[in-house]
Amino acid sequence: MSGYLQTQQLVKRFDGVAAVDNVSLTINKGEIFALLGSSGCGKSTLLRMLAGFETPTSGRITLAGSDIAAMPPYERPINMMFQSYALFPHLDVWDNIAFGLKREGMPKAQVAQRVDDMLRLVQLQDFAKRKPHQLSGGQQQRVALARSLAKKPQLLLLDEPLGALDKKLRERTQFELVNILESVGVTCVMVTHDQEEAMAMATRIAVMSQGRVLQVGTPKEIYEYPNCRFVADFIGNVNLWEGTLALDAADRCEVKTAHGVVHVGHGISGTQGMACAVAIRPEKINISKNRPAAVNNLFTATVREIAYFGSYNTFIVEVQGGTTVKILEANTSRYDSGEITWNDAVFFWFDETAPVVLTQ
Amino acid sequence: MQTKFSLGRRFVIGVPYVWLLLFFALPFFILLRISVTDMGGGVDPFAPLIDTTGGAWRLMLEFKNYVRIFSDGDASGGPTIYVDAYKTSLKYAALTTLLCLLIGYPFAYFLARCRPTVRPALLMLVMLPFWTSFLLRIAAWKGILADQGVLNNFLLWLGVIETPMVMLYTDVSMLVGMTYVYLPFMILPLYATLVKMDLRLLEAAHDLGASSFKAFWLITVPLSKVGIVAGCMLVFIPAVGEFVIPSLLGGAENIMIGRVVWDEMFRSNNWPRASALSVVMIVLILVPLALYYRSKDAVEK
Repeated sequence: MSGYLQTQQLVKRFDGVAAVDNVSLTINKGEIFALLGSSGCGKSTLLRMLAGFETPTSGRITLAGSDIAAMPPYERPINMMFQSYALFPHLDVWDNIAFGLKREGMPKAQVAQRVDDMLRLVQLQDFAKRKPHQLSGGQQQRVALARSLAKKPQLLLLDEPLGALDKKLRERTQFELVNILESVGVTCVMVTHDQEEAMAMATRIAVMSQGRVLQVGTPKEIYEYPNCRFVADFIGNVNLWEGTLALDAADRCEVKTAHGVVHVGHGISGTQGMACAVAIRPEKINISKNRPAAVNNLFTATVREIAYFGSYNTFIVEVQGGTTVKILEANTSRYDSGEITWNDAVFFWFDETAPVVLTQ
Repeated sequence: MQTKFSLGRRFVIGVPYVWLLLFFALPFFILLRISVTDMGGGVDPFAPLIDTTGGAWRLMLEFKNYVRIFSDGDASGGPTIYVDAYKTSLKYAALTTLLCLLIGYPFAYFLARCRPTVRPALLMLVMLPFWTSFLLRIAAWKGILADQGVLNNFLLWLGVIETPMVMLYTDVSMLVGMTYVYLPFMILPLYATLVKMDLRLLEAAHDLGASSFKAFWLITVPLSKVGIVAGCMLVFIPAVGEFVIPSLLGGAENIMIGRVVWDEMFRSNNWPRASALSVVMIVLILVPLALYYRSKDAVEK
């Protein structure tokens, strides 16, 4: 499938410093694509270039085959839902939604029809005459969504769409938002610093750092198969063990670390003895006071910290040499036999499919 | 919010009110009181309002000062010199306000949008004229606008004109002076509202298809309405009663109300009429103001 929206070697420099550094992305029609990264990683600058508020220093942006990099924002078939919404405070909800439609010279009756459709879509029919400051945060967010969808944009940009909402409301709203976006069928690019938000909403995610895209993939690909230390560390929790490649076969490899040899169930393209890291997700590690039957990746440790989170427990254990390892255990049983406490000597182990070898 | 104010708070709030009471409300009531006495027959303008001679209480109110403002008993029925003066004052105050707005808005807009580091310097330039005496600055305009003044000499030297233009003591020189003096009062409130504006709103407008001009007209202007109204009032209200600038720079034909009041007070020694003229002027300004605020409240509700 050829890309619907494409950026090619896109660069944006501010005073010589690259905010967006050689970004080439291909986004498919109908997809919800997330740009994920911490603040200052260039994701907002990239979004602003798509909207037309920043001109690229070099590179191309094409939408449905045509180059839009030089087009001013008011001519692009792209609309944006702004961070903290940027609703016009002097206009009521109806006029906010109608603003874009009136600018394209749509006949009055059609504007009214479209605004009513939009109000119904976001379930705000009864709030048409309210001013933005008379609405709750969630309602304002829906007005912003309706306003940005009113012109039937070919591409919708979402800048931290849930950033201004509190946690409980955010979880409810994110599914609501995805439902609306999918029912409309619009192609979306969203920017977020919240990995849970990106994972829950996006079909694909681009992880960004220092202006570069490090990895593009589905939420699952990014979580299970990170391609570098940064992505592994940025998405979720991870134990990173530095080591050297001791054995490299077609379908398996071994990495020698300070804690012992880690057996990994996938091959990598590398040379023996090269420096690499093993990434193991805390929830893929098992922990027990009793020695399990023969397993390949078995280690001994002492429990240093235990945190009870209700649905799961977190253990911080110390292996020989003083390094700590984080282990997550789902709280599946209410009656825990053989409970682990502080300073217990424990065994922990993981399957050969659990670790990922990172060379970058 | 505590409902009972502490002593310190009462004091802080009270001081300006006491000040206004002593130096605005009280003089205004004295003015009001003088305006309803009869000047003729050696009546003391401060004589008691209620006459109790002969046992009966009589209210000594005389409205003929007010009547005289609007009608001079002339059979022709044309407007009195006072009505003419009011009209002239309102006209020139309105023109001054308009000029200040036209010059001040772009300036305030530019000021609010330029880099924060240069703003203090530019704001300083706006306020710089206040460092010199007001009279001195008006006198300087005389030097610029006179027949043999700086401007005429410069234009003659350039060859743009062949004979000096008459600018001083005309409507033009008066308007130039008034606009010059009142411009900062327009710029400052406009700047204060424009600098607070969320610029993302303009981006949102662009994003929704508004050109730069449309975004300015539909977003920036409505959102700076508070500043526009405040600036216009700060210019218009004092401009209506302006006395010094018209008498130093203005011509002889268009007499403004400030001048008329001064003449009645100090030339004719007719304090009651001067007072009545002042009261009418205040009403002329206050009524539209009150109407504006009422309509604004109604809209906001």
